[in-house]
Amino acid sequence: MSTAIERHRYDVVVIGAGGAGLRAAIEARLAGKRTAIISKSLFGKAHTVMAEGGAAAAMGNVNSNDNWMVHFRDTMRGGKFLNNFRMAELHAKEAPERIWELETYGALFDRTKDGKISQRNFGGHEYPRLAHVGDRTGLELIRTLQQKIVSLQQEDFAETGSYDSRIRVFQETTITELMLDGDRVAGAFGYYRESGEFLLFEAPAVVLATGGVGRSYKVTSNSWEYTGDGHALALRSGATLINMEFLQFHPTGMVWPPSVKGILVTESVRGDGGVLRNSEGKRFMFDYVPDVFRKQYAETEEEGDRWYDDPDNNRRPPELLPRDEVARAINSEVKAGRGSPAGGVFLDVSTRLPAEQIIKRLPSMHHQFKELADVDITKEPMEVGPTCHYVMGGVEVDPDTGAAFGTVQGLFAAGEVSGGMHGSNRLGGNSLSDLLVFGKRAGEHAAAYVDTLGVRPKPAKIDVAAAAEVALAPLARAGGENPYTLQQDLQAVMGDLVGIIRRAGELTDALKRLQELKARVANVSADGGRLYNPGWHLALDLRNMLVVSECTAKAALEREESRGGHTREDFPKMSPEWRRVNLVCSLDEAGEVHLERKPVPRMRAELIDLFDRSELAKYMTDEELAEVEAE
Amino acid sequence: MKRHFRVWRGDASGGELRDFDVEVNEGEVVLDIIHRLQATQAPDLACRWNCKAGKCGSCSMEINGMPRLGCMTRMSTFTEDETITVTPIRTFPVIRDLVTDVSFNYEKARETPAFAPPPGVAPGDYRMRQVDVERSQEFRKCIECFLCQNTCHVIRDHDENKPAFSGPRFFIRAAELDMHPLDDRADRKEYAQASQGLGYCNITKCCTEVCPEHIKITDNAIIPMKERVVDRRYDPLVWLGRKIFRRDELESASAKPSSAHPSAPHPPTANPSAANPPTVNPPMSSARLPQTAPVGPDGHMDIAELVAPQQGGLSPFGEDIEFPLPPEQISYHHPDPDKSPDH
Repeated sequence: MSTAIERHRYDVVVIGAGGAGLRAAIEARLAGKRTAIISKSLFGKAHTVMAEGGAAAAMGNVNSNDNWMVHFRDTMRGGKFLNNFRMAELHAKEAPERIWELETYGALFDRTKDGKISQRNFGGHEYPRLAHVGDRTGLELIRTLQQKIVSLQQEDFAETGSYDSRIRVFQETTITELMLDGDRVAGAFGYYRESGEFLLFEAPAVVLATGGVGRSYKVTSNSWEYTGDGHALALRSGATLINMEFLQFHPTGMVWPPSVKGILVTESVRGDGGVLRNSEGKRFMFDYVPDVFRKQYAETEEEGDRWYDDPDNNRRPPELLPRDEVARAINSEVKAGRGSPAGGVFLDVSTRLPAEQIIKRLPSMHHQFKELADVDITKEPMEVGPTCHYVMGGVEVDPDTGAAFGTVQGLFAAGEVSGGMHGSNRLGGNSLSDLLVFGKRAGEHAAAYVDTLGVRPKPAKIDVAAAAEVALAPLARAGGENPYTLQQDLQAVMGDLVGIIRRAGELTDALKRLQELKARVANVSADGGRLYNPGWHLALDLRNMLVVSECTAKAALEREESRGGHTREDFPKMSPEWRRVNLVCSLDEAGEVHLERKPVPRMRAELIDLFDRSELAKYMTDEELAEVEAE
Repeated sequence: MKRHFRVWRGDASGGELRDFDVEVNEGEVVLDIIHRLQATQAPDLACRWNCKAGKCGSCSMEINGMPRLGCMTRMSTFTEDETITVTPIRTFPVIRDLVTDVSFNYEKARETPAFAPPPGVAPGDYRMRQVDVERSQEFRKCIECFLCQNTCHVIRDHDENKPAFSGPRFFIRAAELDMHPLDDRADRKEYAQASQGLGYCNITKCCTEVCPEHIKITDNAIIPMKERVVDRRYDPLVWLGRKIFRRDELESASAKPSSAHPSAPHPPTANPSAANPPTVNPPMSSARLPQTAPVGPDGHMDIAELVAPQQGGLSPFGEDIEFPLPPEQISYHHPDPDKSPDH
């Protein structure tokens, strides 16, 4: 087996070619830095394409009352005040510029009547705020950034005769390890997926933009790439992860048929009359109305049904309870053995509305399931259950620069892999603008960091050799476990025990099982050679998934409250004391996950003033409120 | 239940179809079965995929000879005893198993001039009407699955055409920029003809047929681009017209509806169509519509060679014309000595 290693020298290496990675690379190249983009898939295939709704930016094109302060307020409310306030502030202020900039790259958003960028309403946003292109906004964003990079390469070609002279895309390349020189980033080690050959980037600055962790879950809307690579690379190089317990689950993802498993069923299916039933045919949501909501929700099916036509004189049906309540109810039904064959419950709109009404009100849902799965939602119920969608936690970064905290220098992170911006729950539409705002900032500051260095850090030979050995281990090992089996087992542990509803006992159990899996993953083996071998690739990704899953389980056990994307059945209330706490994970010398509590940064007075005192009282402790009053 | 699959396995040095019997459950798509093969029988079976929802365009493959997305091909579309044959897309060199080297497309993307922002318009000041952006938006739906490139007869089995031909994916890119309300370059169509090889396209519509996004590649991008460059650049239809007509006749023929022969004006009448005298010239060959696609009884066209009646692309002159043409059918007219040459 050849251990030849192809070497490259760059100023900035961006790992990840989704929205955040491409935007960071553009900025680094514009700052004059030689930039490499590493993409696990083909260029332009990023998971960003899955974003449908739009990109939130307070441009005020549809409602002129909108501005960054309103957007900031919505974001903090959505995140239940656990957000890093400075990130939420920068995001709200800079999102419009980032969107407008896309138009100069060639993006074509849907328009208002007066020719401006159209904006649509979305849950949690006070005004119409999401710039969109039908339901394929993510694709437009990726294609635009991809084409901007090509246009920069064309400029370089005109000047130097080589498209790759200043910015180069390494497609289908996976980074397995970051190289350090003392505390400084010195480069990155990885392999070409196509050939299995190794390559080493010598670079003083690395931007992580690797996205999320959903592949550790049984039911997820995420693609295979979402194995938490960036999270794990950051941990292993001395950076820290923040609030990893917060994962966004959507209560109604398809669980059957397998071809659409994990795909979201929009909430408007329930808003338009869809009901949830268990295997006994019972509309079980009436049994799950919590006391605090008792007054607002119907007690009988008859009353609930009247609400659709006469919402003023009737109370809402309980299918329309908040997301976490619905998810909890589905979870309980399934655990009590009243689930559907595929482990979900039935969401039925077919017996509730005539077929033509369903097609008229839910055209894209109807079309999507017809085309992808041959399910006709006008004729049969859907099987749905909670699906893992987005991770709010991530690399702990400096809000202004995107530089990772911890002991490492020269490491930056942007997009889903970074944490803090969304607090405990992300608003729809805020992720696309997050990518642009913090992608740009990370690229800019990575370039500036390179300028401050006197001497370029150098990767140590021994580290490179060690990384090559680790990468080849699954191929060299014979008779170890199948990586696909291990992934399924990991997904079962995370899905069943660290899923949407959590309990102390299950979390403790999960941590024990993760330790067992760790030993098994250390003994994984892959058949075949190095040439485009997905089994080998998965075997290498597994150790990243495992360490990140451990962080999630540990933090979930520690945080004894329910907030946003973290629901503890044994601690169902939101606690003002816990709002002041960030949970930060790091790896110690022995490679064990270490968890500590850190205070949440305190919001500046002029930002606090944007909120009513009565609203603050819902989130803050009496002591904090007294301090606010005193100011 | 078990179903029979034949999957091509191999690499650049060669390979073969391997037989697999694999469990198939209700509601699955071909990509699910490929994943099951990986998990149970062939862990190193190479296949690209990402979103599994028809949005990223990664899992392009040929299923029973048809270019398809694996995630969008439901198992229920096959009969129960049908053997399903899965091969890599054929136009691009195989790397391994179902994965091919599609770098051709990324090279062509680099050669296509980028969007040119309008000078003097600040970010935030772009104003466009919805109807104007919609034309380009259709082409921006492209998920770059490259099935259109794969099925295009100009380069499928014709590597020699690849340097000169960019393919349908990049014709729609050129059309998209041509129709962009604020793009500052005015030569998109000329570029498509001169540098992208638009003239090679003989409008067989195979690309449109296989597009999973249902983009009307031929009708909305290629034909409009051809029409606009048609009298400026090489195009077989125009070329034939040029061969058999003199320039003056070409021009007069194209101007016919108004007044082709000022020396002998038609008397104005209430019913202009009745006034047209029976034409003495044979119809212009360049005025003939392009051949329509040879659709089958189901209204669809056979797109793969496995099922097509012939190899390679259709003749731009129609399948019923053989060369050389018999002399009596050639519509060549000697110059009229009475006509002034500067007419």
